[in-house]
Amino acid sequence: MAKSNKPIFWGLFAAGGTVTAFVTPALVLVTLFAALGAGMDMFTYESIHAFAGWWLGKLIIFGIILLSLWHAAHRLRVTVHDFGVRADTVVAYAVYGLAGLGTLMTLVYLLRI
Amino acid sequence: MSELQKRQIQLEVLRYNPETDTAPRYQTYSVPCLNEWVVLDALNYVKDHIDPTLSYRWSCHMAVCGSCGMMVNGEPKLACKAFIHEYGDQIKVEPMANFPIERDLVTTVEDFITKLASVKPYLIPKSDQPISAGEFKQTPAELKKFKQYTLCINCMLCYAACPQYGLVPEFLGPAAISMAHRYNQDSRDGGRDQRQEVIATDEGVWECSFVGACSEVCPKHVDPAGALQQVKVASTIDWYKEHLMPWVKK
Repeated sequence: MAKSNKPIFWGLFAAGGTVTAFVTPALVLVTLFAALGAGMDMFTYESIHAFAGWWLGKLIIFGIILLSLWHAAHRLRVTVHDFGVRADTVVAYAVYGLAGLGTLMTLVYLLRI
Repeated sequence: MSELQKRQIQLEVLRYNPETDTAPRYQTYSVPCLNEWVVLDALNYVKDHIDPTLSYRWSCHMAVCGSCGMMVNGEPKLACKAFIHEYGDQIKVEPMANFPIERDLVTTVEDFITKLASVKPYLIPKSDQPISAGEFKQTPAELKKFKQYTLCINCMLCYAACPQYGLVPEFLGPAAISMAHRYNQDSRDGGRDQRQEVIATDEGVWECSFVGACSEVCPKHVDPAGALQQVKVASTIDWYKEHLMPWVKK
């Protein structure tokens, strides 16, 4: 038996799960605070744009979006299987394709800032 | 001492005799039970007093030998650990799910035995050492890393509970991988590379979808699901090392 290549996707899935579990709730909370008017000067277009223009900011945004996308893609693939759809290869191409496209778009948009 | 409480239960048992039956059928026995009994006691009562043709495996009656695994009201249980007082007056007993039936409650377990042997579930010392060199020593912290996995009694309840094993019979399964992990975690062992060839495959740990039923049904409170996730992390690190940093020695 040959060793599996599943670690490629599972690695991104596991790392993405950890990141989204910690970062997504924090982002929701921060957004809620901002909506309630707290720390408004931190969340102006200019300050967020400046953050995204900074190389470390780009890297953080890219890391979070990349891992979240690939996590969601793998989760969706497994969920579709659990719902009884037995077309794993097609589903895998579709969800990973979307994640790949999203990753590419993130990269392009971030580099254009 | 208070008098023991008596109960009459209806024990519905799956019967199958390959010599006379074309398909499994159910037979119900009315069993006078003491409330303190376990399901195995009720089966023994049937065997001794009602129907000597009933077949099932058992030995120790104390959750050590792992022989009496069966489905009790649809859940994988050791019959010697399933107390009558936890159930109503109707108890359904069937052979372990996901295994072929040999006769009545006896299942064919060769698949598991082959898989367990394939992961080399024994100590493979890093280097041969003469007896005069003394024993391989281990600290309590090193022991703690794998101790819980040594409690596995090979009862196969985790295989009966695993939906993935039910769907994909080639799947190596919880107990075998968890036992491989037990030796991989042992500071005296050097056989991980050999075991990885078997467990880091599609039919190995990667068939697991982390349902977690294995750990829920384990009568010895081993956590095979946890072991499998740790194997996935370690195998992923291996994969990236092998493919992206081939110059790094494992």
